[in-house]
Amino acid sequence: MSIEVRNLTHAYSEATAMRTVALEDVCMTVEDGEFLGIIGHTGSGKSTLVQHLNGLLKPTSGQVLVDGEDLNGEHVNRRILRQRIGLVFQYPEYQLFEETVAKDIAFGPKNQGLPKEEIDERVRYAMECVHLDFQKYSERSPFELSGGQMRRVAIAGVIAMRPSVLILDEPTAGLDPRGRDQILSMLEQLHAEQHTTIVMVSHSMDDMARLATRLIVMAEGKVLATGTPREIFAQEKMMLSAGLGIPQVASLCCALRKKGFDLPPDLYRPEELKEHILRLWQNKRKEVLSGKEESLC
Amino acid sequence: MLNNITMGQYYPVDSAVHRLDPRMKLILTIVFIVAVFMSHSFAGYILLLGFLFFACRMSKVPFKLLLKGLRPLRMIIILTFLLNLFFTPGQDLWVSFWIIRIYREGFMQALFYSLRLVFLVAGTSLLTLTTSPVALSDGIEMLLTPLKKIHFPAHELAMMMTIALRFIPTLLEETDKIMKAQMARGADFESGNLLVRAKAMVPLLVPLFVSAFRRAGDLAMAMESRCYHGGEGRTRLRVLKTSRNDWIALGIVTLLLGLIILEGIFLKGVLF
Repeated sequence: MSIEVRNLTHAYSEATAMRTVALEDVCMTVEDGEFLGIIGHTGSGKSTLVQHLNGLLKPTSGQVLVDGEDLNGEHVNRRILRQRIGLVFQYPEYQLFEETVAKDIAFGPKNQGLPKEEIDERVRYAMECVHLDFQKYSERSPFELSGGQMRRVAIAGVIAMRPSVLILDEPTAGLDPRGRDQILSMLEQLHAEQHTTIVMVSHSMDDMARLATRLIVMAEGKVLATGTPREIFAQEKMMLSAGLGIPQVASLCCALRKKGFDLPPDLYRPEELKEHILRLWQNKRKEVLSGKEESLC
Repeated sequence: MLNNITMGQYYPVDSAVHRLDPRMKLILTIVFIVAVFMSHSFAGYILLLGFLFFACRMSKVPFKLLLKGLRPLRMIIILTFLLNLFFTPGQDLWVSFWIIRIYREGFMQALFYSLRLVFLVAGTSLLTLTTSPVALSDGIEMLLTPLKKIHFPAHELAMMMTIALRFIPTLLEETDKIMKAQMARGADFESGNLLVRAKAMVPLLVPLFVSAFRRAGDLAMAMESRCYHGGEGRTRLRVLKTSRNDWIALGIVTLLLGLIILEGIFLKGVLF
């Protein structure tokens, strides 16, 4: 399933004194099977954009096409569509409401009108996806869990609908490193094993460096750049002008290059950098060793 | 989705009316309300209408916005009109049809009573449109201060109002967000009968209450950690001051009231 956004403009409080334009003439696509990262400074329109991707907001002008069909067309059942394009909001733990974790996760599938066995199956599957033990947690109240666990329950609530596209708005905001890591590896797994298309909004360049196959950079309601993480993270100046940084590895690489080390300009993953540094170190050692041999001769 | 609530919404522009002292504006509104109730003739109503137009122009609030504030009350206004129209007995019979009898007196009374409602609502919405909620509760606190002598908790009341007003937009935003989040999970808030719809509100209300309580706890903590302990000995950042304009405005409104009282004495029964 692919989503295409064409010349999308969105203004809040239209026709009042408080009118603000959140998105201006945005064009972008979500390809089937990719892990798309949307990055941008606070207020750049990321959250507004993702709410358009499943029809929760109506465009002021422009179109959102899902598999070629206009999402805001008259004959489109947006409720069905929202089950195929799952959206996890920022701080989703504040949407939990049921008495038990299992019931809360079952809310989505229940709205889909699935039979009971199927719902149970989905709940188990979703809890497994987010690494929550079914035996241990399914009958507990979601309000007595830790923040990270609550968030995983909320994400499970969307995964249980088995969407073909999963959109997450800052899924790691406000979590400790461990909770963050759990969510990210869960997403990594979901993308690799279930081939779910994932769209993730984030501030964290390091998260993006780890997961995204393609990036969209937003600034002031417009798309500033798109490309592979390698292309994007090589443009440090552009990223800084958008109020963003680059991954720690990329800036370390940049600093090393300035010192005269022979490194390619577009490294952004820790493993890559490690290999290159090891290579440099081995070359240096060879040089030193051969130098010693020469001096010995 | 939920931002179509206009009654009592502050319209942020800079105008002579906006700059008036909130205490004075409260007093002016009360005097205006008295004037509306004192008026019993066409001349009085024309005066009131003229004054409303004038105040609206001075405040730079679009007249449309003022009328929009009437919308929630349209049913009451229409009902007032119809009840008075059909059930006021009089001498000058205009329409007699089946069981319906409409007298001239009834028509006049219906017109006056519904116009009176319109004036009351328009006058008070002009107050809330031109006064920010914080300024308004400040003004109320100051006006109620004399009642502290009889242990009336004026400050606490004003603080509660300020907090409640401050959290209306926040809670609306929160409602909007939770609603969308549940809609993303397939919730349906729009279809079904009353019972189904009431049940559909549970996924919205539970998280909303949870977050409201959490916010209340956080706010209480934040206030206490800044040493808030009620109104005793508290000074304020913005001290309210009355300016020359305030007295001019008071003069205009008092003049309006005076004219209407005079008109009531001399013209009553002439035109009505």
